[in-house]
Amino acid sequence: MSQDSSLWSDAWRRLLANKAALAGGIILLVLIFLAIFAPWIAPHSYAYQNLELGAQPPSVDFLLGTDTLGRDLFSRILYGARVSLLVGFVATGVALVIGVSWGIIAGYFGGRVDSVMMRIVDVLYGLPFIIFIILLMVIFGRNIWLLFAAIGAVEWLTMARIVRGQVLTIKNQEYVLAAKAMGVTNMQMFRKHIFPNILGPIAVYATLTIPQVMLLEAFLSFLGLGIQPPMSSWGTLIRYGVESMEEYSWLLIYPGLTFTITLFALNFFGDGLRDALDPKISSD
Amino acid sequence: MLQVILKRIAIAIPVILVVASLTFFLVRMAPGGPFDAEKVVPPQVMKNLNAVYNLDAPLIIQYRDYMFNLIQGDFGPSFRYPGRSVTEMIFTGLPVTFELAFYAIIIAMIIGSLAGVTAAVKRNTLLDYIPMTIAMIGICMPTFLLGPLLVLYFGIHLEVLPVSGWDSLAGDKILPSVTLGAAYAAYIARLSRGGMLETLSQDYIRTARAKGLPEYKVIINHALQGGLVPVVSFLGPAVAGLIGGSFVVETIFQIPGLGRFYVEAAFNRDYTMILGTTIFFSTLIIFFNLLSDIAVLLMNPRARSEA
Repeated sequence: MSQDSSLWSDAWRRLLANKAALAGGIILLVLIFLAIFAPWIAPHSYAYQNLELGAQPPSVDFLLGTDTLGRDLFSRILYGARVSLLVGFVATGVALVIGVSWGIIAGYFGGRVDSVMMRIVDVLYGLPFIIFIILLMVIFGRNIWLLFAAIGAVEWLTMARIVRGQVLTIKNQEYVLAAKAMGVTNMQMFRKHIFPNILGPIAVYATLTIPQVMLLEAFLSFLGLGIQPPMSSWGTLIRYGVESMEEYSWLLIYPGLTFTITLFALNFFGDGLRDALDPKISSD
Repeated sequence: MLQVILKRIAIAIPVILVVASLTFFLVRMAPGGPFDAEKVVPPQVMKNLNAVYNLDAPLIIQYRDYMFNLIQGDFGPSFRYPGRSVTEMIFTGLPVTFELAFYAIIIAMIIGSLAGVTAAVKRNTLLDYIPMTIAMIGICMPTFLLGPLLVLYFGIHLEVLPVSGWDSLAGDKILPSVTLGAAYAAYIARLSRGGMLETLSQDYIRTARAKGLPEYKVIINHALQGGLVPVVSFLGPAVAGLIGGSFVVETIFQIPGLGRFYVEAAFNRDYTMILGTTIFFSTLIIFFNLLSDIAVLLMNPRARSEA
């Protein structure tokens, strides 16, 4: 723990040795690449309807077939990846910002501040957030930014708890006491001593939050309360797939497979990252 | 002990009231009145409608009246289905949802803890790897995908099970219950494996073995109680997930339960129905969280003395 660089290079080596995590990471990189460059990679327009064509099974021309409106499913999955991954990353980012600041403040200042802040977290934990998100979507319209904010606002609680726990341990270490004795300001203390040391757990938890957020988004979209047309996420694709699965099963199977593989990759990568950075953090 | 439980209950009650108030004002903030979506009605009719539903009173009076009725178990009338009260709809849908959730959790408990305990006892063998891999798939495979896939295979391809309805065809409860329970079976398997592994490494287990107890007795009489604590503490929060899952499962299988009513109300903007069910679900979730906290306290002597 003495040197930052050696901690991270050790972790990196451990991560590379973990085959499942490595495979997960590679799948993720490929997906992110495909999502970013979707407009250049997609063989067809995701929105172009060809009603005469209708639903076609997979072929050379349409790799994964077409949907009932004659749109290329492969292209639609690529564009869906943009929305799904964006929701995953942005909402996790929101959760990260709230949770980390909350946890650092509570843990660092301790005492009264800590007990009030963590009591708030405890109370919020017991609230039925899924229902609240649905309520918000119904009342304020199905807006993608609201979706980010709402999901992010739900997922920060665990982050705050983890960060607080870490800060509590770090703050009683000798080097922090020494820094304090030398008159280091609070701001410098966060930047130089506390933040670098909680980066590991934050990275791990963030990676494990992304799949949960994506699940939540897909769940809402599946119910028709999330992403709205003409935009489509993997959740909405699965929803349409279910509607026509009796005749055109590929419309359900391919988006479903993509989604499951992605969640798999994220979970394996997150687990691997956890083991690599700190073998002591428990798995659940 | 009793004091701790009473304290928990004392916290839960204001939380429920806050949730109810928050929901009330949120729903009232919604743009447009509940009747705006319909075709334009004459002002007089609108006025009468508002009067019938107590919408012409000042907000604070509406709030007072609503909360007062709420405490007596009256959630008010439904905006979309004239003549039906929200309370009535909740109690029509609830037994169905309860039954579904009950089967799901039983399936999840049996399969999950059997798999988890076996995996822990037979650590690092095939009996550990295979169930845990399946559990990982179960966690990554969302309910809204598993359900349709099961329908596709067992209902449409094999044609052995009915694909929709509840209590109308033989066996129509199997697919929905399995769909809803699968993810929980997976979680419970992982939790019970983790809990059992930790318990099995404790000193008192070594003592039990040292005094010559056969292994199955060590596990059943000594390890299970400690090993299954994580599962019990998971069951409370799981209720929230079960409710969310019931939205999906009841929609997929067209089951006339509370979950589907809720999703329909959300779609139709039936504000009183949304308000009522939200408060109802919230209370349910808070209640079950409380229950599992208490159960964990009772099961774990260390937590008991700390509290």
